[in-house]
Amino acid sequence: MRSHLLKLCTIIVAVLFSGCPPKTEVAGGGGGNGAAGGGDILIGEYGSLTGGQATFGTSTHQAIIMAMDEINAAGGVNGRKIKVLTEDDESKTEEAANAVTKLISQNNVLTILGEVASSCSLAAAPICQSNKVPMITPSSTNPEVTKKGDYIFRTCFTDDYQGENIARYAATQLHYKKAAILTDVKNDYSTGLTTTIDRVFTSLGGKIIAKQSYANLDSDFRSQLTAIRAANPEVIFVPGYYTDVGQIAIQARDLGMKQPLMGGDGWESPKLIEIGGKALEGCMYTNHYFYGDPNPMVHNFVQKYKERFGSIPDGMAALGYDAARVLADAIKRAKKLDGPSLRDAIAATKSFQGVTGTITLGPDRDAVGKKIVIEEVKNGQLTLKATIEPSAGGSATPATAKH
Amino acid sequence: MAGGQRVAGSGWENRDAPPPATRHPPSARLPWWLRDLIYAAVFIAILIGASYGLDRIPIGGIAYYRRIIVLMGINIILAVSLNIINGHAGQFSLGHAGFMAIGAYFAAFLTVFYFAPYVNKFPEGTEQWLLQNGLLLVAVLLGGALAALAGYIVGLPSLRLRGDYLAIVTLGFGEIIRVFILNINKIGAARGLSGIPNWADFFWVYLFCGITILISWRLVRSSVGRAFLAIREDQIAAEAMGVDTTKYKVKAFIIGSFLAGVAGGLFAHYMMYLNPEMFRFLKSFEVVVMVVLGGLGSISGSVVAAIILTFLPEGLREVKDFLHTNKDPRMVIYSILLIVLMLTRPQGLLGRRELWQVLARRKDTIPTDERDQGDATDRP
Amino acid sequence: MQTFLQYLLNGIAVGAKLINFAHGDVFMLGSFVGFYAGGWAARHMNNQAGTLMSWVVAAAIMLLSMIACGLFGYLNERIAYRPLRNAPRIASLITAIGVSFFLEYGGQFVFGPDPKFFPTLIEKHLIQFGTITTTNYQIIVLVVAVIFMALLQYIVYGTRFGRAMRAVSFNFETASLMGIPTDRIISITFMIGSALAAVAGILFAVSYPKIDPLMGIMPGLKAFVAAVLGGIGNVPGAVVGGLIIGIIESFVGGSRFSNFTPAIAFIILIGILLFRPSGLFGKYEPEKV
Repeated sequence: MRSHLLKLCTIIVAVLFSGCPPKTEVAGGGGGNGAAGGGDILIGEYGSLTGGQATFGTSTHQAIIMAMDEINAAGGVNGRKIKVLTEDDESKTEEAANAVTKLISQNNVLTILGEVASSCSLAAAPICQSNKVPMITPSSTNPEVTKKGDYIFRTCFTDDYQGENIARYAATQLHYKKAAILTDVKNDYSTGLTTTIDRVFTSLGGKIIAKQSYANLDSDFRSQLTAIRAANPEVIFVPGYYTDVGQIAIQARDLGMKQPLMGGDGWESPKLIEIGGKALEGCMYTNHYFYGDPNPMVHNFVQKYKERFGSIPDGMAALGYDAARVLADAIKRAKKLDGPSLRDAIAATKSFQGVTGTITLGPDRDAVGKKIVIEEVKNGQLTLKATIEPSAGGSATPATAKH
Repeated sequence: MAGGQRVAGSGWENRDAPPPATRHPPSARLPWWLRDLIYAAVFIAILIGASYGLDRIPIGGIAYYRRIIVLMGINIILAVSLNIINGHAGQFSLGHAGFMAIGAYFAAFLTVFYFAPYVNKFPEGTEQWLLQNGLLLVAVLLGGALAALAGYIVGLPSLRLRGDYLAIVTLGFGEIIRVFILNINKIGAARGLSGIPNWADFFWVYLFCGITILISWRLVRSSVGRAFLAIREDQIAAEAMGVDTTKYKVKAFIIGSFLAGVAGGLFAHYMMYLNPEMFRFLKSFEVVVMVVLGGLGSISGSVVAAIILTFLPEGLREVKDFLHTNKDPRMVIYSILLIVLMLTRPQGLLGRRELWQVLARRKDTIPTDERDQGDATDRP
Repeated sequence: MQTFLQYLLNGIAVGAKLINFAHGDVFMLGSFVGFYAGGWAARHMNNQAGTLMSWVVAAAIMLLSMIACGLFGYLNERIAYRPLRNAPRIASLITAIGVSFFLEYGGQFVFGPDPKFFPTLIEKHLIQFGTITTTNYQIIVLVVAVIFMALLQYIVYGTRFGRAMRAVSFNFETASLMGIPTDRIISITFMIGSALAAVAGILFAVSYPKIDPLMGIMPGLKAFVAAVLGGIGNVPGAVVGGLIIGIIESFVGGSRFSNFTPAIAFIILIGILLFRPSGLFGKYEPEKV
């Protein structure tokens, strides 16, 4: 018995410590970060490669790798190659904080890219801030994230901005008066959007006549939908993730409901139509970019991504791609390769041409005045319904009603 | 082990209590309070020294190791406190994440809305520093107290339920707590509660770690602990012997959940961010795994298992660098290791013994192993 | 409405007094086997949805998935449970959690973490009964589920094997003294339980075409709740428990308290256990010395 125990302990210790010794080559590369000259520039990425958000984390990750490979193939940044170190956080907030601490302190990364889920970004942001390591989140839309400090940036729009545009479009362009909302209570993204949609839609003279919620991991939405059917709205806002939306649409049609569904960028995925199929006909959602955009840059990106990963890039991929390129551009412009200089360089990002539109980082370190597209499912295809340019209408600036 | 010296003076001599008192010569010359005070002072001095040292060791990546060490401390508190309920009192609870959530959210709520604004009014200096640490203590203890109240409520049904029924009810309580937190807008609901100041550090976590181990150790050696063991071994016999099983079961829940709440409060002030998803039942599973893997009823076993299981997933991060794959197999390896560990040591790494007993290779302490299999008849 | 049917099927694992936390993940495995088999079949069938052939194929897929999961159940029992037969009960609970993690993370590793969508093998259409709208899918799922429930009821209460199974569940040692090959019975029970989880997995995947490696967590947990609610070891109890939870959940889901739906199963459970500590149909046996 005892010898077993000892053996086991030895094995465990061996396993643990095999991972332990600080990797000298990485540390060396990290040391080279600040100094002038040689070595790769290390960028840390943390993301949900497994767990509940993994589908978004994976496409972001793939796009980031693709962007960096492109930059390296073109000679790197100021003659140096960029190396991305990726850590999985299993979609768990505490793991995100661990992963970022590891990247910063052990691998000495210059800067951090991530996360998709706002909760993970919120857990990691204070760590980046206190270590003076700039962090760019490609797609955390919770307004709180960039309020964590002046080293935290965001290259997408916020929930407030998006929610406002969904509600405004529904109320002013489509002239809906009565709406229902179906929220994923467990999801901060969904609850955030719900608050804004509710506020803006009501302020524009509409009425939210039914509010229902579900928790993701659920697969049956019939009881909520039955309650919504009883209220008979003209439109149903479903600010959730595509993984649920397809099923919600199918079940709504199964219940004989014909109203269009409207949602946000969480819908965006090539799989949305695969699952929802005909049930999604006439449904609309806001997005960061439209993959069929004839813009050569978008076209090029979509083509390359498809060749490499075998699927159409979703909105998260486009945002990841843009965030990586914004970062590389800032590294190029930075006076020195250290946290504070890079921070200043990122903050100075202006009119950067990305796949998801023109990116200018405002004083709140959020991307300001990004375009927003509204896509509609028509004949089983995604089509561009409208592009809301930041200059059009009052919705140009991100809503800051909260503060 | 802070508890190691404790047996000596306590006078508890029991044939079952494995470490014979002779191993620790009683320091009878000092009055007990002075002796305890000296132990406490030495412990705190070591903590301060370690905390100071950890901040200044010039090794690359020390911040990462420090973080894991602090999280280890929090997990040790959780595992040792759950061990009181599961290991000593034999009440199978799967709701520890719920108690932790209550402590974490309540402590964070107090700090974010009342304490932090107050502390920030003071200029930086000794006064602010003292106030900050004092209020952290208050917040964490109040968080623990609220969790203890919840533990009392959860403990009540355990009077009638046993085995799997109790397990699923405690799990249910944990989930109910989480769903309620998810619906309270004031503390962030699904968005999570952010903006918690980073007040808890290595010192505080390991101070409470020491206190938890001490409480647990003294408890087991006390009449309460004896009552717990009696209930665990045979509830009917315990009742027949005049043990008020109701009282002691609820007591186990209250103590265990208080400490879980404290761990939660520290966790909140270390993570600086809370999200209901952190406290899913999977978190409870993690803690249960630590307790069982360490050996039910073994305090040092819980500590060892908490250390191993906190480090394991982090240590396995390097695996993908060896394999050069895009996919990360670390959690797959983690789960396989978990199964293998359980198969090779079904009674836990240490069984019901303590670490030093195992290391001392004393033959007379082995019989506890037989008792581990006492409930085998319960098996189908 | 058919969610509860899945709970019923899941309740089987506990028929032999073996709480298996990994059961929900076997359910996941079942749908993935079905997904890959279905995908393969769909590629080779050239759009024959609706024909007799597609029914045969659907049945074959279900059978294949049942066999695969049954095999997994057997291996699971041999590797992770049998060595622990004489260990503390809680040890096998931890290995079950380990197996559950293994399937979840292994599933994400092998199948990829993104959700998959189950291919359509049989044409779907709406059916109207007065004001009630439903689909042929729901009816198929219902029928298949009822068939398997009846089959299970027969196996447990109408066959020699079932009697042996109940004997083993009632008292392991006595059963083995009476000459029942307990090891084999437990192995077969695991296989049946896992095969039925596969059926549930396929039915689930057919009615909600989305499947992913983490899909088993909630159904697995709710199956456990349903079984405890009905009384552990009582198959009709698990059925009724599943029904109660399913119905109340859908009522709450449609009310203004829908935010609390995830908690409702547990609230019901605690409420009932307070009054009936051994579940609705379990016998409360105060321990005797």
